[in-house]
Amino acid sequence: MARAVTTQRKAINTLIAWIVGLLIFFPILWIFILSFHSEGDAIKSPLEVITSTWTFESYATVQERSNYFRHFWNSVVISVGSTVLGLIIAVPSAWAMAFVPGKRTKDVLMWMLSTKMLPPVGVLLPIYLICQNLGLLDTRIALVFILMMINLPIIIWMLYTYFREIPGEILEAARMDGASLREEVIYVLLPMAVPGIASTLLLNIILAWNEAFWTLTLTAAKAAPLTAFIASYSSPEGLFYAKLSAASIMAIAPILIMGWFSQKQLVRGLTFGAVK
Amino acid sequence: MATKASRTAARAMISPSVILLLGWMLIPLGLTIYFSLLRYNLLMPGARPFVGWENYEFFITNPAFTTALINTLLLVGGVLLITVIGGVLLALLLNLEMWGQGIVRILVIAPFFVMPTVSALVWKNMFMNPVNGLFGYLAKGLGLEPFDFLSQAPLASIIGIVSWQWLPFATLILLTAIQSLDSEQLEAAEMDGAGPFSRFFYITLPHLARAITVVVLIQTIFLLSIFAEIFVTTNGGPGNASTNLTFLIYKESLLSFDVGAGSAGGVIAIILANIVAIFLMRMIGKNLDA
Amino acid sequence: MTTMIRALLGATALTAAGFAASAQDTTLTIATVNNGDMIRMQGLADAFTEETGIALEWVTLEENVLRQRVTQDIATNGGQFDVMTIGTYEVPIWGAQDWLVSLNDLPAEYDVDDILPAIRGGLTVDGELYAAPFYGESSMVMYRTDLMEAAGLEMPDAPTWDFIKEAAAAMTDKDNEVYGICLRGKAGWGENMAFLTAMSNSYGARWFDMDWNPQFDSEAWANTLNDYLDLMNSYGPPGASGNGFNENLALFQQGKCGMWIDATVAASFVTNPNDSTVADKVGFALAPDNGLGKRGNWLWAWSLAVPAGSDNPDAAKQFIAWATSKDYTALVAENEGWANVPPGTRTSLYENPEYQEVPFAQMTLESINAADPTAPTVDEVPYTGVQFVAIPEFQSIGTAVGQTFSAALAGQMSAEDALAQAQALTEREMKRAGYIE
Repeated sequence: MARAVTTQRKAINTLIAWIVGLLIFFPILWIFILSFHSEGDAIKSPLEVITSTWTFESYATVQERSNYFRHFWNSVVISVGSTVLGLIIAVPSAWAMAFVPGKRTKDVLMWMLSTKMLPPVGVLLPIYLICQNLGLLDTRIALVFILMMINLPIIIWMLYTYFREIPGEILEAARMDGASLREEVIYVLLPMAVPGIASTLLLNIILAWNEAFWTLTLTAAKAAPLTAFIASYSSPEGLFYAKLSAASIMAIAPILIMGWFSQKQLVRGLTFGAVK
Repeated sequence: MATKASRTAARAMISPSVILLLGWMLIPLGLTIYFSLLRYNLLMPGARPFVGWENYEFFITNPAFTTALINTLLLVGGVLLITVIGGVLLALLLNLEMWGQGIVRILVIAPFFVMPTVSALVWKNMFMNPVNGLFGYLAKGLGLEPFDFLSQAPLASIIGIVSWQWLPFATLILLTAIQSLDSEQLEAAEMDGAGPFSRFFYITLPHLARAITVVVLIQTIFLLSIFAEIFVTTNGGPGNASTNLTFLIYKESLLSFDVGAGSAGGVIAIILANIVAIFLMRMIGKNLDA
Repeated sequence: MTTMIRALLGATALTAAGFAASAQDTTLTIATVNNGDMIRMQGLADAFTEETGIALEWVTLEENVLRQRVTQDIATNGGQFDVMTIGTYEVPIWGAQDWLVSLNDLPAEYDVDDILPAIRGGLTVDGELYAAPFYGESSMVMYRTDLMEAAGLEMPDAPTWDFIKEAAAAMTDKDNEVYGICLRGKAGWGENMAFLTAMSNSYGARWFDMDWNPQFDSEAWANTLNDYLDLMNSYGPPGASGNGFNENLALFQQGKCGMWIDATVAASFVTNPNDSTVADKVGFALAPDNGLGKRGNWLWAWSLAVPAGSDNPDAAKQFIAWATSKDYTALVAENEGWANVPPGTRTSLYENPEYQEVPFAQMTLESINAADPTAPTVDEVPYTGVQFVAIPEFQSIGTAVGQTFSAALAGQMSAEDALAQAQALTEREMKRAGYIE
């Protein structure tokens, strides 16, 4: 197996990796720092910012002004709902494409991906009018459905590439043993597919969480998720660095924490067929 | 291999998603094409006469159209270049043995979790602003004149911001691919006297080809419709220096509420996106078959 | 005895509960912009709910997002909002389309005649008041009294552009990061074009002649743009082509601007010692002129209107009458002090001796009165609006023209080219819209 790496070498690796990691992370760290200062201090020079008083003032203001938990809950419902719904529809399709590939499977897959190329601003009005006629404006259902449709191609594709890595012989063997299609899926396929499904789930929750175009244009008060919450803090009249920072931290913290806890899962499933 | 029964079953399993996506594509697309043939401005109620190709002509003859096309390609290309090269380097780095690997990994992934509007606002105000931004302070600290990123190099600045957002995605996928690389193969090559560079170019890089394809494909889809970052930072300016196709459509459909011209722009964008897609498939599709 | 009281209390509680329950059925959805005065209103609106039992749902959005959302909603009759916060640009256009509910039937105690005539004029279409002003603003010169003194100059109450140039030159000290003048440069019809259009009015320029022919090829526009570029390139801060209201506000509050010509509402921010390092060194003057009879100041009022698609027009009107009333002003004054009341809407406010103590009150009023949206330019024009042209096409034309002017400011094209481009693209859009052949 891999040879032991000298401690010295490891120390150098660690040093470089941490410097690079911190540089990439720095913008987030910086808004975190700014969020704990008053507006007046937040626009001072970097050194003055760090040495000025730390305060929860901005968080208090944000909390007082906005119904954070409603936005948060809407974000959770919309991102999780659309992803789970997408998975329910995508798992059978991806399974079929991976294990019973036809002549046109590739084309179908590519066509599916190409539906994602519809530029949202170009089709906004049709979708808006449809939602209005169905009475779906400012509802979470509409957003769950639309975000599901937007991410469905990616979900199918991720699952497809992952499923293809599952050796067909195992399924053959199961089939030989007289397993029905249902049993094949539940007892053989699913256990092996869990990591792939899990990372697909995570990645798509992130994509749905950050989606800011549809979530803003189709909601008003009731279904507005955190993207709308952010839109009420960006560039108002007056100073806004500290409040924007606090609001941003509140908007990204849940997904960041989720990412933190599930990063192993996320990495493991993102193979896209890279593992031979 | 597959029986007739399983084929039928497979078709039944694929059909829900195909039907849904077909509907999702055809209904808005159909309406968009229909609107694109009308003179239809949301702010001026009344008749919506059929005008044929007028909207298309209007959209294409816009002097900003060519610039927007070029900018779109530069934006996609630039971000892809940075994220793929940066992603490979980062993935190699993160794959080394070190202390606190998990934490470094989450630090690197973190930008992916930040909403586009937030990251654009943060970069614009807190970093790139020549007077109040950190880069400005840094330059002054070094005795240099602060560089005015968003007006002197608007497109490059936006490419930078977008790359920061997408670098984690590329790194993540490439890292997974690198971890699956057979270390014995590398060791054998090393025994044979292959230097680190030839090992990278002859073993690691070919192994990554497929993962890179995936990164390019998925990112292209998202990058073609970049909007929030431009809207927040430069508003497409100065001039048209940072206007891409999406932003041009936005100007027609959400600033003037000219549904006709906006829809025409949308149809053009869909066609162009599909050309890019076909081109991409041809170029890199082979990798996916392997 | 006690039982009696208890019974009475119980009955009252029941009635109150019953009343609350029935009144809670009415919920208004209010779309508003995330400016300080609106945020304050949101905080104080509990009083309204207590008083009337009408519940309020707030949708607070950044200006550009808000504008897009409400326009889309009203044009498609989406009915998602009961009260919309819109500006003097939208009201004449939407009012003419019958998209808004007339507010002519507001109760007598509302005292419509108290509203400043310039503002009221901008919100009225064919005798119907379509929106009630929440706060009004013009633009004026804000300057640093200490720097002005150090430069040996004295700011007149009504300066000319020549004086502004002289003062900007005298105050600039780039080594210490003091820039003589800060102006908007960020592209957008509500950003740099608001300033430049207002400035052009004082130079005798106009957007269109009486036949709707664009006028960017006129000498007056060339003078406007050249002077603007000259001022900004010589005495402005770096990165000016990306600076909008917020960026300039931050610069001014940090003491980096000698002068700043912008919205009158900024006065309360720059004189607020919590945020501003120069709070006690700020003076105010009218926007400059060139002796042609028009000043370079604009007129804007964020106003509340009821879209025709609202399900609760009466409750919505009730809310508007509350939020734009004299009583609301008094409520804010009581809670936050007179400097923080929404300015620029009512004559009575400016007659109030307590409000007259506020340092920027007088100059704000004079600036507002100096603007006339019905006759904004030196030469006659077919449109209304001071810093905008009240036609639906203006948002995109204004933004496109703003982009070319900000490119000129960034040094990417000459003033001549920018004007030629602006002329060409405006002609193109106006032809499409059918104004000209």
